[in-house]
Amino acid sequence: MRGSCHRAAEISAAPAAAHSREIPRGKHIVSEWLAEIWRSREILYFLTWRDVKVRYKQAVLGVAWAVLQPLFTMVIFSLTFGKLAKMPSDGIPYPLFSFSGLLLWTYLSVTLAQVGNSLINNSGLITKIYFPRVLLPAAAALQGLLDLLVGAVFLVALMIYYRQEVRIGWSALLAPLFVAQTAVLVMGAGMLLAALNVRYRDVKYTIPFLTQVGLFVSPVIYPISFFPPRYQAWLALNPMTGIIEGFRACLLGTPINWGLVGVSWGFTLLILVLGGVHFRSTERVFADIV
Amino acid sequence: MAEAVTVENLSKRYQLGALQRDTQLREHLMHLLQAPFRRRLPKETIWALREVSFSVQEGEVVGIVGRNGAGKSTLLKVLSKITYPTSGKVRTRGRVASLLEVGTGFHEELTGRENIYLNGSILGMKKREVDVKLDAIVAFSGVERFIDTPIKRFSSGMRMRLGFAVAAHLEPDVLIVDEVLAVGDAAFQKKCISAMQDLRGGGRTVLFVSHNMAAVENLCTRGIWIANGQVRLDGPTHEVIEAYMASFNSAESTGSELTTVEGRRGSGEIRYTRVEFLSAKREPQNVTRSGKGVVVRLHYHADEPIERPCFGLRMHSDLGTLVTDCSTWLHGIDIPVVPPGDGYVDLEIDSINLLPGRYFLTIWVDSVMTKKIFEALENAIHLDIEEAPIYNSSRRIDNRFGLVYFPQRWNLEGISHAPRIEVSPAANG
Repeated sequence: MRGSCHRAAEISAAPAAAHSREIPRGKHIVSEWLAEIWRSREILYFLTWRDVKVRYKQAVLGVAWAVLQPLFTMVIFSLTFGKLAKMPSDGIPYPLFSFSGLLLWTYLSVTLAQVGNSLINNSGLITKIYFPRVLLPAAAALQGLLDLLVGAVFLVALMIYYRQEVRIGWSALLAPLFVAQTAVLVMGAGMLLAALNVRYRDVKYTIPFLTQVGLFVSPVIYPISFFPPRYQAWLALNPMTGIIEGFRACLLGTPINWGLVGVSWGFTLLILVLGGVHFRSTERVFADIV
Repeated sequence: MAEAVTVENLSKRYQLGALQRDTQLREHLMHLLQAPFRRRLPKETIWALREVSFSVQEGEVVGIVGRNGAGKSTLLKVLSKITYPTSGKVRTRGRVASLLEVGTGFHEELTGRENIYLNGSILGMKKREVDVKLDAIVAFSGVERFIDTPIKRFSSGMRMRLGFAVAAHLEPDVLIVDEVLAVGDAAFQKKCISAMQDLRGGGRTVLFVSHNMAAVENLCTRGIWIANGQVRLDGPTHEVIEAYMASFNSAESTGSELTTVEGRRGSGEIRYTRVEFLSAKREPQNVTRSGKGVVVRLHYHADEPIERPCFGLRMHSDLGTLVTDCSTWLHGIDIPVVPPGDGYVDLEIDSINLLPGRYFLTIWVDSVMTKKIFEALENAIHLDIEEAPIYNSSRRIDNRFGLVYFPQRWNLEGISHAPRIEVSPAANG
């Protein structure tokens, strides 16, 4: 079948005829999928651009919302946990400690909900046109990075303010690695949730609950050193533990726990693979049931 | 010539009720708890497509016809990769664009210009291409003044124009179109049809689904009739359409119930209940052919006495051209009063001098005195005019030759010393 198709392409002189296409394509291997995504990168760009534009249109404060949310949370945390509860923070000023954690956590919690709902919110597209479905969760995951970037500017300002109390060094250059890891985690978990959401709308209600609970089992409010070592191993099962601890350590010059970071990457990639496999195996029915 | 689209033994099965059931995790769990070992009852399924096979050569323009629910849309969805077949194969060559809707992916908050980029990219255009064609797209849409306004402020017609403008500038090798011509005003429809005709000239392969037989007939070189998920007939357009129409006429009733029609206007003291098309001898007729007599019987129900009403009927072509207006007022008829209850009025047409096609009827009742509208049903019913050998020739005379014809003959006595002039005799009809 494929052979005859290529023969036909040779006879025709039209350059576009070189792309032959078969539906169904049988079992896609990963490289074929990635190649298709690469060919559709402009759609990803426009979907991301749409999400960003739409979010800030008609919002008076616009992009300031990206800072305000983690900022207010940070102030409240600093007062309650820092001042009142005297929560230890590995010797880092508590506002800086909590804001650095909140920056990644806010991205995760806000974006995960958007990624998880990306398919059902775009059902009009899914039922009317074909494009690689994974672009929808991917666009949702990418657009959240803009908020994170704006928040990061505020984080840098905070670091400069507290420059006497922290040791900022070259290790700060590793910080984007942890941001990227958060995005990978959001994408992995998001693909799984988005695909489940198409069939079970319960997922929509589960996501806010998950992120709410997640905040308290991730080292946003407290450092992992707050717990005895035997409990730390359990906390490490949450990939956000390694991400937040690593992000803070490299930014604020405390020693990086590479073991923790390694375990965290391991789980992040596992979730990415699980999410990808589930998404891939169910995406054929999206248009029929969404 | 190479094959642009090949469809082999394509089948698609849907599960009935899958939408409501199982979308709640709770129910899924309940089933498991109630009877963990019982095999789930097989769900009711429906075959939207069964063993469909055909192939389309490069440059062919194929019209796909069939009734609602016959599987046309499912076929287009499978061809566009939106949904996957249960079994069978589809092969397409080259760039495929599918237009199952005008303006797919338009976002309310974005401006016209921004939506052109978004929609264009989703339909498979590169950003560079959109950059180059932007001016042409904007000009085609006719909404230049509002191009930087969010489309939530656009009327539905403007959205349609914008969406079609983008679509008309796609340059696919294979174009899949579903009913997009069925919307929009008449002038814009014409523009769309001529854009489609350009596509035809451009050597593109087109698969076109429509209920507008005239459009299919005009645009397509070949027809495929889908019935019950299977290919019923595949051949030259006019043969397929004739066969399809014939099946339609035998099945459809000779009149239209109007009691359930929505979108009525008027105060409602009198309502039309039913329209019948009868032969000149007042017998129910399935087919109305060019040049034959027809009686349009308008049944009504009046709740109270209606003083000096005017009964009217107006006929439009499928492109919205007013063909004729026939009302009792134009005939100078003065009806003093219509008593309450049921009744009917007959419009007797001696010879319906319309070329084949679908015509839409608007019927109303208003007051001669006050012009108050009691009842108005716009385009509520259609009348399909079928072909007839109107000039006693075997020529196929359809709406390519206009909407109406006059009883006429050519007199050639003025050509002197002519050899015997041949006239093709009437074939079977």
